[in-house]
Amino acid sequence: MRIRNLALAAVFFGAAAAAAWFVTRPEPFAASHWEGLGAPDLANGEQIFWAGGCTSCHAAAKSEGEARLVLSGGLPLNSPFGTFHVPNISPDETAGLGEWSLAEFGNAMTRGVGRNGEHLYPSFPYGSYARLTSKDINDLWGFMQTLPKSANVAPPHELPFPFNIRLLLGGWKLLFLTDQSRVTVDTSDPKIARGQYLVEGPGHCGECHTPRNALGGFETNLWLAGAPNPEGEGRIPNITPGSRSISGWSESDIVGYLQTGFTPDFDTVGGSMVEVQQNLAKLPAADLQAIAAYLKAVPARE
Amino acid sequence: MKSKAVFLAIALAGLVAGAVTAADEPQAVRQELMKKIGASTGALAAIAKGEKPYDAAVVTASLQTISENSKAFPDQFPAGSETGLETEASPKIWENMDDFRAKSVKLATDVDAVLAQLPADQAAVGAALGVIGKDCASCHENYRIKK
Repeated sequence: MRIRNLALAAVFFGAAAAAAWFVTRPEPFAASHWEGLGAPDLANGEQIFWAGGCTSCHAAAKSEGEARLVLSGGLPLNSPFGTFHVPNISPDETAGLGEWSLAEFGNAMTRGVGRNGEHLYPSFPYGSYARLTSKDINDLWGFMQTLPKSANVAPPHELPFPFNIRLLLGGWKLLFLTDQSRVTVDTSDPKIARGQYLVEGPGHCGECHTPRNALGGFETNLWLAGAPNPEGEGRIPNITPGSRSISGWSESDIVGYLQTGFTPDFDTVGGSMVEVQQNLAKLPAADLQAIAAYLKAVPARE
Repeated sequence: MKSKAVFLAIALAGLVAGAVTAADEPQAVRQELMKKIGASTGALAAIAKGEKPYDAAVVTASLQTISENSKAFPDQFPAGSETGLETEASPKIWENMDDFRAKSVKLATDVDAVLAQLPADQAAVGAALGVIGKDCASCHENYRIKK
């Protein structure tokens, strides 16, 4: 009788473990998802590249000008979970993504799945990039092939137990990974819809401007409401219409700020937003106007 | 009644003295320098955007204010002024004082170069503003903390 109970318990826990693995396993898209996308539109790919701010983390720290296009990696990213070292994503065959396929790149970008089928850490903001269209992924991938190669090999992440166990990321994804809209806005207005795509998707603005819970998931009710600065002192500002700092800005003030780095009262952009602004300044005015329209449309939070 | 008035006078005098002291603190001095740089930048931007007509006197005066204030600016960070009076100065300033100074000198140098060849029209003011804005941001990137 006792043995039977033990056996039952073993079967039960085995089944529970299998079920847990099943619901938290890495889930790339089927191969067909990435087929038939045709030749990439490199000009659009470059715009997604700047909207996505890839260089801010993946270029060598302090590099300027053309060197920003060498995605050699290596930048340390400090977080409450440990230090992440940003990988080389240049087209180098050994140190970078040179041997990767479009499907492998696309699954990393939108499903957080690495080339070997492993979970990626959400310090790489696939939680936002999950919203990218397959066309934009294809165009971006095409553009990235045109960038210089770098042989730099970034050090491995320095994460304490239990954050060094990638399997656990399946649980994080189960709780937090979604490609759905973060907030409800009037998407019948194409400008606001475009802004929503840029801000919630490639722009990944919420990654810094939205506060997180203890498990590193967004406080979904506080979308873009501001958060502690992950790099130390100060706060990342609230950018909803309830913001203390920018609620008085008009849409054209926001566009002007993203284009020039000047606030309406002629202070300037500061902190890590400096790089973000320099990247976004490369987008067409219509895209920046769309971002401004969306920021005026999201729910006000104080 | 009289003692009440005297008391009030003393309290008021104390308030005024307090205000004077606060305005003399390096934190307040540097905030004022920055405010004037901001106002001058705003005057230049109004011309660059075409909101105000080109006016050589305004351009010259604005550039001179930015030049003078950026030269005085890095001297306003003595030890002991790291905190207080809502300062947005980053502790990194005192860790990298030479680099911090160099950034302020770069702004002053760039502005003096613009002054030497005064922008002659709206477009030239816009171009000058591009250079100045980059200098502002390159320092604010590391040394200013928004709270």
